[in-house]
Order: sequence, then C-alpha cells, then structure tokens
Amino acid sequence: MTTEVPAQSSTERYLAVQQSAEFGRLRTTLRRFVFPATAGFFLWYLVYVLLSAYARGFMGVKVIGNINVALILGLLQFASTFLIAWFYSRYAAQKVDPLADEIQAELEREGVK
Amino acid sequence: MQTHLLAATATTSTSRTVTITLFLIFVAITLAITIWASRQTKTATDFYAGGRQFSGWQNGMAIGGDYMSAASFLGIAGLIALYGYDGFLYSIGFLVAWLVALLLVAEFLRNSGRYTMADVLAFRMRQRPVRTAASISTIVVSIFYLIAQMVGAGALVSLLLGISGDSKFLGLTAGAAKVWTIILVGALMITYVVVGGMKGTTYVQITKAFMLMIGAFVMTVLVLAHYKFNLSSLLGDAAKQSGKGSAFLEPGLRYGVVKPTAIETFYSKMDLLSLGIALVLGTAGLPHVLTRFYTVPSARVARKSVLWAIGIIGVFYLFTLALGFGAAALVGGKAITAQDKAGNTAAPQLAQELGRRYLGGETGGSVLLAIIAAVAFATILAVVAGLTLASSSSVAHDFYANVIKRGQASERDEVGVARIAALVIGAVAIALSIFAQSLNVAFLVALAFAVAASANLPAILYSLFWRRFNTSGAMWSIYGGLTISVVLVFFSPVVSGSATAMFPHQDWHWFPLSNPGIISIPVGFLCGWLGTVLSKENDPAKFAELEVRELTGYGAH
Repeated sequence: MTTEVPAQSSTERYLAVQQSAEFGRLRTTLRRFVFPATAGFFLWYLVYVLLSAYARGFMGVKVIGNINVALILGLLQFASTFLIAWFYSRYAAQKVDPLADEIQAELEREGVK
Repeated sequence: MQTHLLAATATTSTSRTVTITLFLIFVAITLAITIWASRQTKTATDFYAGGRQFSGWQNGMAIGGDYMSAASFLGIAGLIALYGYDGFLYSIGFLVAWLVALLLVAEFLRNSGRYTMADVLAFRMRQRPVRTAASISTIVVSIFYLIAQMVGAGALVSLLLGISGDSKFLGLTAGAAKVWTIILVGALMITYVVVGGMKGTTYVQITKAFMLMIGAFVMTVLVLAHYKFNLSSLLGDAAKQSGKGSAFLEPGLRYGVVKPTAIETFYSKMDLLSLGIALVLGTAGLPHVLTRFYTVPSARVARKSVLWAIGIIGVFYLFTLALGFGAAALVGGKAITAQDKAGNTAAPQLAQELGRRYLGGETGGSVLLAIIAAVAFATILAVVAGLTLASSSSVAHDFYANVIKRGQASERDEVGVARIAALVIGAVAIALSIFAQSLNVAFLVALAFAVAASANLPAILYSLFWRRFNTSGAMWSIYGGLTISVVLVFFSPVVSGSATAMFPHQDWHWFPLSNPGIISIPVGFLCGWLGTVLSKENDPAKFAELEVRELTGYGAH
C-alpha cells in the first residue's frame, strides 16, 4: 500500500520509538499524574477504612444535627472520586493526548506494522 | 400488623399482576432489541464488542447496567436498613474502585487488546499457556458471580410475588417457583447473549440502567420529601426506629465488630480491612467490566465512558443511602427481617410503604412495589447477560481460537463457538444455581471480587507497566492468586464452623477472616513477581511494541 519502504523493521522501529525523547515525555507526563493520583486515593481510602475500624469515637462526633464525621468522610470519598476523575480527564485531554497524537501520526506516516 | 404488611399485601392480585405485566413488557422490549441487534451482528467484532460503535455515555450507562447488580440495589439498601452506616462502606468501595479502572486500566486495555482480557496478558507472552490461565480465571470469576445473581433472583421471586410457606402461585410452591425463576432468568440471559451478542446485551444493560436510575430517583425524592429534604432528620428518625440510637449512624454494627476477646476483635477489624481492599481492587479485574472497554471506538471514548460510569454509579450509590436509611426509618428493621433475614427486600418494602403514603393508599403501594420488583428482575437479567457474554467470549476467543486452533480459526467458527459456549455456560450456571440455592449470595460476590483482585489485577498491571514481566510471571500470578483466594475461602468461617456458614454443622476452618483479600491480593502480586524473576524469558522488543501501542493508541483494533 505505502510507497515508502520503512528503513527499519517494525520491531526496531517500535524499540526506537520507545527509546525516543518524545515517547519518554509522553510516558512521564502520563505517569506524573496517574501514579501519584492512584497512591493518593488508595491511601485516603485506607485511612477512611482504618478510621472506621479503629477511631469509632472520632467517627461518631456529630457535626451538624445527626450528621457525624463518619458520614461526612464517606461523602468526601464520593467527592474526591468525582474530583480525581474530572481532573484526570482534563489533564489527559490537555497534556497527554496531544503527545500521543503526535507519535501516533508519525507512526502512521511511516506505516509501521 | 406492620410486620406482615408486605406478606399480606404482596399476595394481592394487583401487585402480582402489575409486577408480572411490567416484567413481561421489559422482556418483550429487550427481546425485540435482541432480535434487532442480531440482524446488525455480522462480524466477530460485532458479536464480541458490539461493533465498537457505542458512544461514551452509552457505554457509561451500559457499564452502570453491568455493574449495579442485585447486590448493589437490594443488598446495599438492605445492609444500610439493618446495620446503618456499615452498609455505606460497600457503596464507597464499589465506587472508589472505578478510579483504578480509569487511571490504570481502561485506556491501555482498549489500545492494546481486541476482545478479551487475555489479549493484553498474552500480547508479549507465549499465547497458549497464558490464554488458558486467563480463560480459567475468567470462567471461575464469572461463574461465582453468575450463581450469586441467579440464586438472588430465585430468592427474590418468592418474596416479591408473595409465595411463601404453603401458599401457591399458578400451582407452584415457593421451592418450585424459585427453581423456575432460575431457569427463566437463565434462559433469557442465554437468549440475549446467543442471539444479540454484545450489541443486544449492551442495549439491555442501557435499558436496565435507565429503569434502575429512575426507580431509585423517585424513591429517593419521596423519602427526602417525607423529611422535608432535611438529611439530619431522616438520619435521626432512622437511628430512633432502629432501636440502636446514634450507633446506627456510626461504623461497627456489621463489620469490625468489637468482640469479647481482643484477638476476635482484631480479626473482625482485619476482616473489615480485607473486604475494603477486595472491593476497591476487584472491579478492575472483573472480566465483564473489562470487555465493556472494547465496545467503543477509541481509548478516549473508553475514558469518557468510565467518567460517565463514575457519575452514574456514584449518584446511584448516593440514592442507596437515602433508600437504606429511609427503609430503616419508614419500614423498620423488624418488618424487614420478618420478610427476609438478610434485608434484601428492604428496597421493595420501602417502595410499597412510599406508594401507600404518597401515591394513593394500598393500590399505590402495590403498584410502586411492583415497579421496583420488576426493576430488580431487570437488574439481575442485565448483569447475568454481561457475565455470560464475557466468559463465552473468553472460551471462544482465548481457548478455542488461540489455544486449540493456534490462531487459525475463522471468524465464523469463532463466533459459532462463542454462541455454543454461552449456551453451555448458561446451562451450567442454571444447574449450579439450583443446587446452590442455600448459599449466601454476598459470600459468592465477595469471592468473585477477591479472585478478580488476586488473580487478574496483578497480571493486568504487570503486563501493562512492567518491562520484565513474562509468561512464567503471568501464569504464577493468575494460578497463584486464584488458588490462594479459593483455598482461604474454603478454610474460612463462611464455609464451615460458624452459624451462618455453608456447612454450619461441620468445622474445618482455620483461616479467621471471611474475606481473603488482605492476604490473597498481596500473594497474587508476589507470585507474579517471583514467577517473573525465576524465568529468564524477557522480550524487550515485544514490550516496546506493547508500550508504544498502549500509550499512543497506534494500531488499535
């Protein structure tokens, strides 16, 4: 189909792309968000479960009427989930997707199999 | 009087007729969709992945329909109604779990796989052993989950149609009605999958998600309106009616219970932690959840669909909070346990009470009860169809096409095998469910989550992110995680040695926790690491191809 014959085999090309500075930037940009966010929400969830198990007095403190710390922390878990999801989608669209598109377009131009 | 309210009125013909009529309408609509979908299903991609043409919100709704099972709707509302705050822990775990799928799995899986979880696991490995292992764990997880849903359906029907004790319905006793329900649910789920494939199943799930969201929304608004939209007074009334006071609004009535001895208390709290971890890490390893990411055109749409799913599922779990506390306040724990000890009928009972108060007395109560009962059946049907499809896809695509035929099967043959596999898996699930009717439903679901988190998740994450990971590591993590979780459950108090066990009169348990996650998930990850370093196999070139594809979407199917 393509008129241009790739100078390298596909295997070598994938290795070259993987080693390239551009791809390194894509990987770092993605991981800079995804890994800390995962660690963050997982720890925050663990803290919440541990508080439910071991800090019952604190969890039972009433804040507004019958609404106690336990319920507020639980609702904050919902809020943090929604927020992280929203931040991620914005971050990915602005920072990650353009880098991925660039590399993908380049591979498509070369017709790597 | 209050106690037998449901039993007394559910048997009235109004309620029964409405439930059955609504359920038949749902079945008629979904069968029509299925037949329409079968005409659109021509290729393997159509059958396995619905042609990959669903939009972000369609797939988000379908994910919600696939994920919000009877355990979510009836189970969580029941747990909150009986144990207060502790039921809410489930909602939180089930929701937070979606961040694992969003951040670490969905997009990369969509970019590098084709139809099944094994496509990604086997990408740079020796195909046959890895696909066999992935296929086995897919089937084990799906079967446990399927049995849980179908047993739940059987248990519900007698309650919702008001058949119990000696009373009969269409000449059926309660026992016979349960068996026929399981067979009916099984037959419908096989039909959806065999005839409609992924397209049919997806539309069934979208329809169900609409029904469930609307039903839960109406009930939530009625509950909140009853308390003049004051959450504090709803909670206060629920706590008062529960007879447990403010403890009802705090953790500790169901999980992490303080026991007579320090060691028992320690185990009980570890069990809470174990359950929490399994819930959060299980979701992203569930085969029927993973296959949904293949039904959209690209990784970006997969991301959007998870965002929609998080929104829909999150809002639904907020509704369950109102439903659970509403049932505790307006129906009362006594009336709920009189109907079902596990509390699974709390939501339908609340529907009846709300209908009676706000929609015109007894008739209104019967109608709202009937609507919610029909929604519950729709819920079960959509979930079991998704599970059957995921497991039959794995049998056909992984085991038949790639292990037996070594990748040489034609598309036609592959889809044919998938249809036969759906029939066989469906039949096996029906048979097992009939024998497993006395099993605790929550135990089966928790086991499915624990196996998914211990066997599937480590293999998926290592495959996507660890350069060195290899065939041996994949096999070790899948078989290791699968074995440890099943063995620990077998020797846990849920199988023997406790009043609520499967075998209450025997005792061979030595593992103190009812959920194995806290041990089995780290063991699964450890096995994957150990298996990898024990083998010399290492293919940097294949990893380069996988990594470039998974991050850029180049060459995605």
